[in-house]
Amino acid sequence: MKEIVVLSGKGGTGKTSIVGAFAYLAKSKVMVDCDVDAADLYLLLQPEHGEEHEFWSGQTAVIDGAKCTHCGLCEQLCRFDAIHDLVVDDASCEGCGFCANVCPAEAITMKENLAGHWFISKTKYGTLVHARLGIAQENSGKLVAMVRQQAKKIAEESGIELIISDGPPGIGCPVISSLSGTDLALLVTEPTLSGQHDLERVIGVCRHFTVPALVCINKFDINDANTRKIEAYCRNQGIDIASKIPYDSKVTEAMIHGKTVMEYNPNGAAQHIEKLWNIIIDRLGG
Amino acid sequence: MIISVASGKGGTGKTLIATSLALSLRNKAQVQLLDCDVEEPNDHIFIRPVIDRTEAVGIPVPVVDEAICTRCGRCAEVCAFNAIAVAGEYVLTFPELCHGCGACSYLCPEKAITEENRETGVIESGKADSIDFTQGRLTVGEAMAPPVIRKVKERTNNDGVAIIDAPPGTSCPVVESVKGSDFCLLVTEPTPFGLNDLKLAVATMKELGIPCGVVLNRAGNGDKNVIDYCESEYIPVLMTVPLDMEIARLYSRGITLAEGIPAWQKEFIGLFDKITEIVDERNRCPER
Repeated sequence: MKEIVVLSGKGGTGKTSIVGAFAYLAKSKVMVDCDVDAADLYLLLQPEHGEEHEFWSGQTAVIDGAKCTHCGLCEQLCRFDAIHDLVVDDASCEGCGFCANVCPAEAITMKENLAGHWFISKTKYGTLVHARLGIAQENSGKLVAMVRQQAKKIAEESGIELIISDGPPGIGCPVISSLSGTDLALLVTEPTLSGQHDLERVIGVCRHFTVPALVCINKFDINDANTRKIEAYCRNQGIDIASKIPYDSKVTEAMIHGKTVMEYNPNGAAQHIEKLWNIIIDRLGG
Repeated sequence: MIISVASGKGGTGKTLIATSLALSLRNKAQVQLLDCDVEEPNDHIFIRPVIDRTEAVGIPVPVVDEAICTRCGRCAEVCAFNAIAVAGEYVLTFPELCHGCGACSYLCPEKAITEENRETGVIESGKADSIDFTQGRLTVGEAMAPPVIRKVKERTNNDGVAIIDAPPGTSCPVVESVKGSDFCLLVTEPTPFGLNDLKLAVATMKELGIPCGVVLNRAGNGDKNVIDYCESEYIPVLMTVPLDMEIARLYSRGITLAEGIPAWQKEFIGLFDKITEIVDERNRCPER
């Protein structure tokens, strides 16, 4: 089984629109949305309501006011500045349980967090595993691991050989969780100084976790000089540019209509995405 | 006053708005810009600061003195993150899992555990004209952004106007960045992705009790749903930036709106005045 993840470093470079197009193009696969903070792929794939599961992860301290002797030890020892005047600030609590372990009055307990939900949904392009992290919750990396694990299970059970996953922006915990152990990372960038800066960092992450990377420059014609700089940088790094996709307002229009760009307008950017997909298939097969 | 700039969806224009706001206000107030998007900090590209102070930051992780350790296992029992384990004769630490809470060293009955700093990033401060600038940079390959963000925020100057550029999303790095702000500007675009993620961001700010307003970026080719949503939720749309190739090209070269098209400075000062009004109003009647 092969697993490809689409990342970018910088947000808003077009990851989800491209993954949506891949969903249309790939014959047999399981789709996963690993951007559990702000999951948008379902807006393109329009799933029917399917299975919904709770995701319990992490803990938050709770102080029992009746037992508390107001000694202040918890507040003094908490390194996350999460206890003020003997009240726990849920948003700051790291869930380490240090306070509960030291409280001389045993007034502090740790309660489990309902940190989000994950879903298995049917779409016309096959199964989509996605999630919704609870508001202001932690452990997005663990939720990412959960949706990937579920996608793998579904693929194994139904003899599907490919998993396509839409990754989150950035380079931190959820990105690492999306990337580690995959077969290929497609890095979608744009010819802006920010896009290039962020691409360099996400290439570093791929290298750190020894996942081969391919680059795609989206909206390459917005700034030709920057496109050339990104090409030169990737050449130096020994990373192939698999595609240069021109700016095409149809991509946004397709999203507004809740469709993949392949269905909405197969000319323009869509043609380039189709060629890109063929290159990826080649790469995964080899 | 602390104003944070956040978004839910990535790539909606947080950096463009945060840097333009800082540049537009620099002659009106003492302005500080804090880039808390430590995974991908970009403000420096636009305001080109001179960095004169760099500090390594990290997480205090346990170091076990095996000569004193009795292998009692108390450390492993209290660690919520499985970052320390006792297996027979061996004590194993997993520094990359450690959150640096300090429970193991404090609770070790033999006092056999000390801590050492494991570097996970750097904090850089400097000046761009009269703007005080600080950014954090998470080391490539490191997972935990919040400790680096906390260090950036420790440098917040409460006297003037502090502008915090937050990372995208709605989880712990965003919460860490916006916590303690007087106001949060949510930058979005008029598309279904923009709206979906705006709703998540609004819910996050409600949870944290931070008043917010919207900047609608790339207005023109989208739908009306973001505007309708904001009206129905009584969220003010404080500024609209059109979808414009000239702005996109300036951005691609690392030039802010305030610098590339100076007429926008007036708009950003107007935006700041509206924010001040909302914050003052809220301070007068906090129950609202």
